Amino acid sequence: MSVAKNININLKVWRQKNAKTKGSMETYKLDNVSTASSFLEMLDQLNEQLVNERKEPIAFDHDCREGICGMCSLYINGRAHGPDTGITTCQLHMRSFKDGDTIYVEPWRSKAFPVIKDLVVDRSSFDRIQQAGGFVSVNTSGRTIDANATPIPKHDADRSFEAAACIGCGACVATCKNGSAMLFVGAKVSQYALLPQGRVEATQRVLNMVRQMDEEGFGNCTNTGACEVECPKGISLENIARMNREYLAASMK
Amino acid sequence: MAKSSILSSSIAKKVAMALSGLFLVSFLLLHVSINLTSIFSADVFNECSHFMGYNPLVQYVLQPILAIGVVFHFVMGFVLELQNRAARPIAYAKNNGSANSSWASRNMIISGLVVLAFLGLHFYDFWFPEINYKFIQGMPIDETRYFPELVHKFHSPVRTGLYCLSFVLLALHLWHGFNSSMQSVGFNNKFSRGLHKLGYAFAIVVPFGFIVIALFHHFNQ
Repeated sequence: MSVAKNININLKVWRQKNAKTKGSMETYKLDNVSTASSFLEMLDQLNEQLVNERKEPIAFDHDCREGICGMCSLYINGRAHGPDTGITTCQLHMRSFKDGDTIYVEPWRSKAFPVIKDLVVDRSSFDRIQQAGGFVSVNTSGRTIDANATPIPKHDADRSFEAAACIGCGACVATCKNGSAMLFVGAKVSQYALLPQGRVEATQRVLNMVRQMDEEGFGNCTNTGACEVECPKGISLENIARMNREYLAASMK
Repeated sequence: MAKSSILSSSIAKKVAMALSGLFLVSFLLLHVSINLTSIFSADVFNECSHFMGYNPLVQYVLQPILAIGVVFHFVMGFVLELQNRAARPIAYAKNNGSANSSWASRNMIISGLVVLAFLGLHFYDFWFPEINYKFIQGMPIDETRYFPELVHKFHSPVRTGLYCLSFVLLALHLWHGFNSSMQSVGFNNKFSRGLHKLGYAFAIVVPFGFIVIALFHHFNQ
């Protein structure tokens, strides 16, 4: 295990006062950053420096800081969640950078993810897609059937679970050259489509979720596969193909 | 949900792009197969070309369908490109696309535009003279004219070079396009890996066949 050391870095960070103003890239110098610290801890350190200089700290999203909640976003050095794969920004450490590096930090760029402030974007378009059909209607009056009473093939349960691992962080949209949300929607459609409980509303679900996705202004998928590479949860392109099949089948009904 | 909104959905568009692309792929296979005969036998090439040029089914049914397929694929490609650009109004200051995707997949519009420009040259070279010969001049049927016409076109090193360059870009377009179309129509399963290899092989073999034909006739005169 490598020993932690301190490095000096330069940062180019997107600063934007609010949703209505125009933003720009600002340059900051930050010294004595421990390589053992996480990227978000480095931003905390930068914010402390800015506060001490009586400047406005940088707004950025974060919550659990353990790769589960999907809140932290950030396009770092040209890649969603930074240079490593299979992680969120909170799991990125400063040991991935070298002394003297210049690091670009930008918000997710998408018409459907407008910037609220600095590096914080509004991802409620994902919520509206979910609300359009990403659920199973369950009668909760006390007459629910035990989940284990319905046998589900292991293969299907595993594929469904893998799709459900999507944390809705938006890295797929951010990294896609077209700003497409198809990996996210594909995962949400798949996690239900693979289970018997989800089949009941499958037709309307896929039609409504895709319609909402298009209305939000996301781009069209051209199958570059960048989303799959950058997804912190390893959501497979298989889910997009499944959504396409589901959509085509639903369109014919 | 209204059928009209289904047809204008992002998935319908990508399926339409995929199907029109696969249709054009099938035409390429036919085209390269016929042209390859010119290397081995002028007579066979003349015979095949004459059949394609005068068979009513090919001329009045398949050719218009092909033309519609080509126009649709290009127009839809441009429409999707414009929509996709609009989906990201502010570009990243730094973007490292090569870290997660191939050049071919990110630049289909560039390879497509080169192929479109090539089609213009190709029509100028072969299709317009053919229309002129048959329908404007009303010249009599000559079953032996195709091979000399083909060889004549590859006399120029510039034209031969342009053709070869276009075929390289066609290869890059097919490298992503073939497998992308399979994914778009929902084909992604345990057979996909094998099909991907077939797609990559197709993307190399067919344009390479066209390059061999161009170079063969350029250096063999």
